[in-house]
Amino acid sequence: MEDRRQGVIGWLLLLPAAVLLAAFTHYPAVATLWHSLFTTGRPNRPARFIGLDNYRALADDPVFWKALVNNGWYALGTILPSIALAIGMALWVDRKLAGRGWLRLAYFTPTVLPMIAVANIWLFFYTPDYGLLDQLRGLFGGAAHNWLGSPGTVLGAVMAVAIWKEAGFFMIFYLAALQQQSPELREAAALEGCGRWQFFRRVTFPLLMPTTLFVLVNAVINAFRLVDHIVVMTRGGPDNASSLLLFYIYETGFRYWDAAYAATLTAVLLALLAVLAVLQFGLLERRTHYQ
Amino acid sequence: MLNPGRLDTLLNTLAAWLLALLWLLPLAYAVWSAFHPTAYSARFDPLAPLTLDNFRAAWAAAPFPRYFLNTFSLVGGILAGQLVLCTLAAYAFARFRFPGRDLAFAAVLVQLMIMPDVVLVENYRTLHEMGLADTLTAMALPYVASAFGIFLLRQTFKTVPKELEEAARIEGCGAMGVLWRVYIPLAKPVYLAYALVSVSYHWNNFLWPLVVSNSVETRPLTVGLAVFAGTDQGIDWAIINAATLISSAPLLVAFLLFQRQFVQSFLRAGIR
Repeated sequence: MEDRRQGVIGWLLLLPAAVLLAAFTHYPAVATLWHSLFTTGRPNRPARFIGLDNYRALADDPVFWKALVNNGWYALGTILPSIALAIGMALWVDRKLAGRGWLRLAYFTPTVLPMIAVANIWLFFYTPDYGLLDQLRGLFGGAAHNWLGSPGTVLGAVMAVAIWKEAGFFMIFYLAALQQQSPELREAAALEGCGRWQFFRRVTFPLLMPTTLFVLVNAVINAFRLVDHIVVMTRGGPDNASSLLLFYIYETGFRYWDAAYAATLTAVLLALLAVLAVLQFGLLERRTHYQ
Repeated sequence: MLNPGRLDTLLNTLAAWLLALLWLLPLAYAVWSAFHPTAYSARFDPLAPLTLDNFRAAWAAAPFPRYFLNTFSLVGGILAGQLVLCTLAAYAFARFRFPGRDLAFAAVLVQLMIMPDVVLVENYRTLHEMGLADTLTAMALPYVASAFGIFLLRQTFKTVPKELEEAARIEGCGAMGVLWRVYIPLAKPVYLAYALVSVSYHWNNFLWPLVVSNSVETRPLTVGLAVFAGTDQGIDWAIINAATLISSAPLLVAFLLFQRQFVQSFLRAGIR
């Protein structure tokens, strides 16, 4: 009797959240797969089942491959530098350097700015000739360069924005981990005649591993989820050189209004995220062993 | 003569400050151009006259008060919904035994990977069919049942000693009474942390609001700013930078005032 009552109350408490989760997380995931098997319905022509045709079109779509490859480079090129910078920042802020409160503030501030504001600021920063970057280069005799207008530099330029925004956020996790490490370790290492770099490589960095895994998962998700700056700064251009997967989905779905093809693209993104989820699960298992 | 330890500290301090300056440069640049006449946007003359004209021009050129109102309602509505729904769900997961609980919990965690941003095409289809296109409700709904909030609160509720709950039961509290009198008060710091993270996230959120909103009445600040900067401004950077600062100011000022709480909150919410 008591069990029945518990069960009923439990489900009632869960119900509102469960309904919304089902409607806006589980249903859309399934509907994505389902709708990717149809053509896009138009007012005079309802959607028609076409099996895997959308996926065949996708395999032949150079823009999709471009966006996927871009996203891969973007992930690699933002995650590694922001983690390296985050560790460096954390090590500095953890030491008793002069004005470390201010340092922490400077590093962390980009985190609270809207990505869209950040994009505007950097757009100005990158303006050919007139922007700060070209002015600084001008001091050293560099010629003006259209950073966002050249296929060769545009991806690097948007990656810099993401690194700037994220490194300070990751820093606080490393800082928290560093502050939990016992100072005796360092003293013991000093007695053994262990150098600074060796200490970092052999002791500090391995001890930061759980933090690195956590940050890594977050960074990877962000690399596929956050495309606000692309919308403002480049619209994927020039010639799709800065298009990322979610941005291409947005363009397909809401500028070309091809919902079926957008669903097909989303299915690929979901598959990617599912692989990541499996990896994350494996990593989290390891992490529990660790503790 | 400096000894090696002092020299090392000095070099590190120098490098750390150099990076910090580099980190502040883009923001400082935006502040500079927003507070100076356009002619000085890219000329760094320390004697350049200060002005608030850019802010006046930006404020007059776009319906910022309306955008602020929209963002406040959106962020407030999402947070209120999240607090209620996540509390109830977390309470269910932490303290009730019911069939299918573990499966349901796994189903909740799916959202940590499939975030609403990713399935925006299907969510738009759903909300459009519900007749909610171009409403703040549609902008908020996908985020209200937050897996992250449920997870965070469940972990917190689980650490509350059972004895406290039993004591409250003896005093005559029902299930909701226990939640209200015991669990929620004890989880206050976690609520604060979650609220700060949620507010920063949704204040800054852009892509989904961009897709849903189609009029001044629903546009939040981020979308309003993008529309403002993207259209007919010519390229008057001074005014765009002023608008950018206007729309980031509340969060930025709050952060500068409550720096410690912000950092702690992001940390608490992140470490889980």
